[in-house]
Amino acid sequence: MAQSQAAAPPKEPTAPVSVWIGPVIAAWLIPGGGHFLQKRTGRGALILASVTLMFLFGLGMRGMMFTPERGDILTTLINYGGFLCNLANGALYIVARVFGYEVPDMPGDVHDYGTKFLVTSGLLNILAMVDAFEIATGRKD
Amino acid sequence: MKITLSHFEAAFLFALFTSVVMGITSKKSDKERLNYGAYCFGCFLLALFCIGWLERLGHG
Repeated sequence: MAQSQAAAPPKEPTAPVSVWIGPVIAAWLIPGGGHFLQKRTGRGALILASVTLMFLFGLGMRGMMFTPERGDILTTLINYGGFLCNLANGALYIVARVFGYEVPDMPGDVHDYGTKFLVTSGLLNILAMVDAFEIATGRKD
Repeated sequence: MKITLSHFEAAFLFALFTSVVMGITSKKSDKERLNYGAYCFGCFLLALFCIGWLERLGHG
């Protein structure tokens, strides 16, 4: 039989959950927390500053926090996606909610930028969580 | 306290924070991180000015 298929690369052994779960949860709760836990203080501080400032600017601009609401497919996608991104801010999101931050969706460019800032800070924190995971599993320095 | 930023200020801050995190999380050495963060920031600003001028020219 002709060898038309390339040999599959050997699979990397997956790291046990106990190795990465702590840094990933720390990274979710406190932006940069996963890096601090793994002694990457400089990078952790930059992530903490960037994500926190972005979130605070979002609050200051009275951005809207998404709630998981159902509707047509687009509404469901936007609301659930936005909610997950907001939730990815970890303790920042929880504290804001506990202190009663609730802004209705209203027109206005500043308000709209605020909503985008709140969502994007969560997305950036997800990037930081993935980075913390890769450091914990030895895929990255 | 309510913060009111112009379009440019908001987009500039967005570009700055996003570039910092993307630079940190994307590359493996500090030099590569710095270069990639600066590259992302430059791309954001270039897009900001280009799209801004396009809109201005489009609207007259």
